[in-house]
Amino acid sequence: MSYRNRELASLVAVGVLTAIGFASVYISLKSQLSAGSLGYAAFFFALYLAAHVVARLTVPQADPYLLPIAGLLTAIGLTEIYRLGPRDAFRQGLWIVIGVAAFAGALVWLRRDYRVIESYKYLFGIGALALLFLPLAPVIGQTVNGARLWVHVGPFQFQPGELGKIALIVFLAAYLREKREVLAQGRLKDWGPLLSIWGGSMLVLFATDDLGSALLYYGIFLGMLYVATARVAFVAAGLGLFLVGAVAVYRGTPHVRDRVLNWLEPWTTHKVYCPLNGRMTFRQDCQSYQEVQSLYSIAHGGFGGTGLGHGTFTTATGRQVIPDLRTDFIYSALAQELGLIGAAALLLLYMVFVLRGFRVALVASDGFSKLLAAGLSFGFALQTFVIVGGILRVIPLTGITLPLVSYGGSSVVSNFLLLAGLMLVSNRANRGAA
Amino acid sequence: MNRPLLRLSVVSMLLLVALVVATTYWQAWAVGGLRDRQDNAIQQVAQFTIARGRIIAGNEKTTLAANRRVRVKGQTFFFRRYPQRGLVAQTVGYSTAGGTRAGLERSLDDYLTGANTNLSSALGHALDELGGTVHGNDVVLTIRPVAQRLALRLLGDRCGAVVAMDPHSGRIYVMASTPTYDPNLLERRNGYARILETKAECPRPAPLLNRATAGLFTPGSTFKLVTAAAALDTGAYTPDSGFVDPGYCVEYGQRVSNAGNPDQTGPETFGHVTLAQGLEHSINSVFCNVGKKLGAKTILEYAKRFGFYSTPPLETPADERAPSGLYDRGKLYWPKDFNAVDPGRLAFGQERMQATPLQMALLAATIANGGVVPRPYLVQRVVAPDGSVVASTRSQTLGRAIKPETARELTEMMKLVVQGGTGTAAQIPGVEVAGKTGTAETAVSHVYDAWFVCFAPADHPRVAVAVVVEDQPNGFGGTVAAPIAKAVLEALLRG
Repeated sequence: MSYRNRELASLVAVGVLTAIGFASVYISLKSQLSAGSLGYAAFFFALYLAAHVVARLTVPQADPYLLPIAGLLTAIGLTEIYRLGPRDAFRQGLWIVIGVAAFAGALVWLRRDYRVIESYKYLFGIGALALLFLPLAPVIGQTVNGARLWVHVGPFQFQPGELGKIALIVFLAAYLREKREVLAQGRLKDWGPLLSIWGGSMLVLFATDDLGSALLYYGIFLGMLYVATARVAFVAAGLGLFLVGAVAVYRGTPHVRDRVLNWLEPWTTHKVYCPLNGRMTFRQDCQSYQEVQSLYSIAHGGFGGTGLGHGTFTTATGRQVIPDLRTDFIYSALAQELGLIGAAALLLLYMVFVLRGFRVALVASDGFSKLLAAGLSFGFALQTFVIVGGILRVIPLTGITLPLVSYGGSSVVSNFLLLAGLMLVSNRANRGAA
Repeated sequence: MNRPLLRLSVVSMLLLVALVVATTYWQAWAVGGLRDRQDNAIQQVAQFTIARGRIIAGNEKTTLAANRRVRVKGQTFFFRRYPQRGLVAQTVGYSTAGGTRAGLERSLDDYLTGANTNLSSALGHALDELGGTVHGNDVVLTIRPVAQRLALRLLGDRCGAVVAMDPHSGRIYVMASTPTYDPNLLERRNGYARILETKAECPRPAPLLNRATAGLFTPGSTFKLVTAAAALDTGAYTPDSGFVDPGYCVEYGQRVSNAGNPDQTGPETFGHVTLAQGLEHSINSVFCNVGKKLGAKTILEYAKRFGFYSTPPLETPADERAPSGLYDRGKLYWPKDFNAVDPGRLAFGQERMQATPLQMALLAATIANGGVVPRPYLVQRVVAPDGSVVASTRSQTLGRAIKPETARELTEMMKLVVQGGTGTAAQIPGVEVAGKTGTAETAVSHVYDAWFVCFAPADHPRVAVAVVVEDQPNGFGGTVAAPIAKAVLEALLRG
C-alpha cells in the first residue's frame, strides 16, 4: 500500500474512534446534550480527510502515520473538552480548522523545497525572540497564574511562546547546520551563541516567571546542539549553567519558589502561611490545591477509568474542582475518565509520534533537515514531558499545554505547523530514498 | 549526525516512559492513600454519584436504607434515606451528605458502592457505566423486622439492648439498642444535636451507641452460667453437688451476702441445696464457694472460651464492638496476678466483670449449640444490581467452649430456672425455655441492671436471646428483662 493509502486507512480508523468517543459522551450526558452534537465527529473526519487530500497532492511520500496520530490526539482532546464544556469544544473545533488550514498552507507553500526557509534564519531567530518577549509588552501582555505568557488583542488571546517555539527550532536548525563544525571544536569564542541563548532563556524566565517555557526552549536548544556537535560535554555544561540560573531564579523569585515547594511538599501536616488569603492553612488547601486535586482526579480514575462523561470534576454545588482543567490539566481529566489504560495509550501515541519524527530525522539526507526534524520531534516530546511530568509530580509543575490535546488556539496552530514541518522533511527524505 | 540523533530519541522515549511509570504509580499504587485523604474534593463528590446499594432486612421486604436522588446542575447525586427510621439505627448506621459514616454503612462501604468489583463482573460494571449511573450492591441482613420492632417497643423509654440469634448458625435476628435515633435527622439542621439530646430513663442515653455490641454492663448472675460451666466441665462439681447456704459466703474474713429475701428483712437463706438449685434460685453464696474453689484463673479461662477477652466477629466496624471481660480503669484487664481478683464475687458476675449483650447472647447460644460457639453474623448475602449473589454468608463456628455433656447439664439447670426459679416470667405455654436471670448492682444502691439470657425450645434450640435493661430502680432480671426475652422468643419461634 502506498504511503497515502496507509494514511487514509489509519484516518478511517481514527474517524471511527472519534465517533465512538463522541457517542459515549453523548450517551452519558444525554440530558445536557443534543444529538446534533454528534455531528462533531463527522465534521472532524471531513476536516482530516481534507488535510489528507492536501498531503496527497503536496507531500505524497511523507510518513503516513504522523497525520493520523495528530488527528487522534486532537480528537481525544476535543472529545474531552466537549465533555467538559460543549461551548469550548466549538471554539476548539474552530481552532483546529485554522490549524489544519495553516498545515495545508505550509504544505502548499513549501511543497517544492522547504529549505528556502533556511536563508531566512535570522528572521526566524528575531521572530522567536520577539514572540517570547511579546507578553511583556505593556498593553497587550497579561499575567495568568503568576506567569506572564498571554497576549490579548481585542477578543483574541494567545500564547505567542507556542509559535516562538517553532520559530526557534527553525532558527536553531539553520544556525547549527552552518556553525556545527566550528562549534564542535569547542573554542571559547564559539561559546558565544550558547551563552547568549542561555542568557536569553534566563531573561525570559525572569521576566515572565515561566519556568516551563524556559525549560522547554533551553531543552530544545541543548538537544539540537548535541545532535549538531555530538559533544556530551556541551550538554553537561549547558545543564550546569541551567542549574545555576535556576537556583538564582529560585532564590530571587517567590513564584518559582512556591512552585518548587508545591512540588516537594504538596501536603503539609501543619498549617503554613497562605499568600492567597493571608491566613494560615494547610498547603493542600491553598497553593498546592490545584496539583493535589489533580492527583486525586487521576487516582480516582484507577485502572479502567470512570468512563467518558462519568468523571467527577465539579462539587455537588456545581463548582469546578480543578482550575485550568481544559488547558494545562486536561491530562488529569483524561486520566480520570480513561483510567490507566487510556492514559498509557495516550502516552503511547505521543511515543509513536515522536519516534516517527526521529525516524524522519534519521533518513533525512541533509543537516538542516535532520536538525529540523530532530528539533521538532524533541520539542514535542519535551513539551509533553514538562506538562504531564509536572502534573504527575515528576518535576515542578509549570503551566504549558499538552500538544494537540489541550484547549488553546495558539497551541493547536503551532503544533499543526510542527506536523507540517515533519511531513515536509519526511516527504523529501523518502523521495530521495525511493 | 545519526548517532546523537538516536541517543536523543532514546532520551525522548525515556522521558515519556517516565510519564507512564508515574501515571501507573498514581493510578495503581497510590490510589488507596489518596482516596482516604480528607481534602480529596473529587472523592467527596464522586461517592455520591454512585447509587448506593440498599440495606434490606431479613424478610426481604423491609428496606432499612435506600437512596434519594438529587439533581444539581445536570449531575445526579444519591443521598441516603432510612425509611424505617430508628428500627435498626445503630447497627445499620448512616452515610451522610457530609461524608461521615457509621455502622454497616461504614464497614460495608465497598460492597454498597460496588467498589469490590472483581474481574468477572468488571465487564458488567463497565457496561453499567456506559449506560449511566453506577449501582452498588444490595445487602440483605439477617434481622427479622417484626421481632426487632417488638424488642424496641418493649424496651420503650428505658435504656437497654436485646440480641437474639440462631444458636446453630450464628444468624442474628434481633439487635436492638435503646434509646434509638432517626438517622434521617442527621441531614437536617441541628439534627446531630437533636439526636444527642434524646431523652431516656438513664443518666447517659447516648443514642448513637450500639449497646448491643459496644455497651458494657456488669453481667451479674447471668455470669453464673460461665462459673457453672467451669465447675461442671472441669469435673470439680456435678449438678447434684451439695452446698450449705447460710445466706452468705465468707471471703477474706468478710461476709458476702445473698440477695435480699422477698420481705427485705435480710438475705435469702436456703440451707441444704445442690449446685442445680443454686443456679435455679441464683444463690450467691453457692457460686461464691464454687469460685473460691475453682479460682479466678479457671473461671476467666472458661470465659475466654466463650468469647470473652476478644471482640466478637461481626460485620459492623470493629470500633463499634467491645470485648467483654474484667475491666480496670476503663481498660480490658487480664490479671497478671490472679490473687488480685476476688474469685467469689467474680463467680456471680460482679468484681469488675463487664459484658456486652452480644457476648451474653453468644454464651446462651453456645450452651444451646452443645458447647460450640457459633460465629455471629448480620449479613445474609450481598446481591449485585443484576440479581446475582456477590457474597453469601455460610455459618461458621468459633471453636468448642465446653463438652457436649456439660452443655446438656447446664441446659437442664437453666430449665429449672424458668420452671420454678428466678425466671418464671419467661415461661411460654407449650415450649420449654432455658434461661438465667441477672440483677447487677450499679453505683447507686437499689438501682440494678436487669438481665435475662435464654434459649428455646430447650431440647431443640432455635433461638437464643440476651436482654439487658439499664438502671432499674428495684427492678430485677426476672421481673424486668425476662418478660421482654419471652416476648421476643415467642415472636421468633412463631416466625
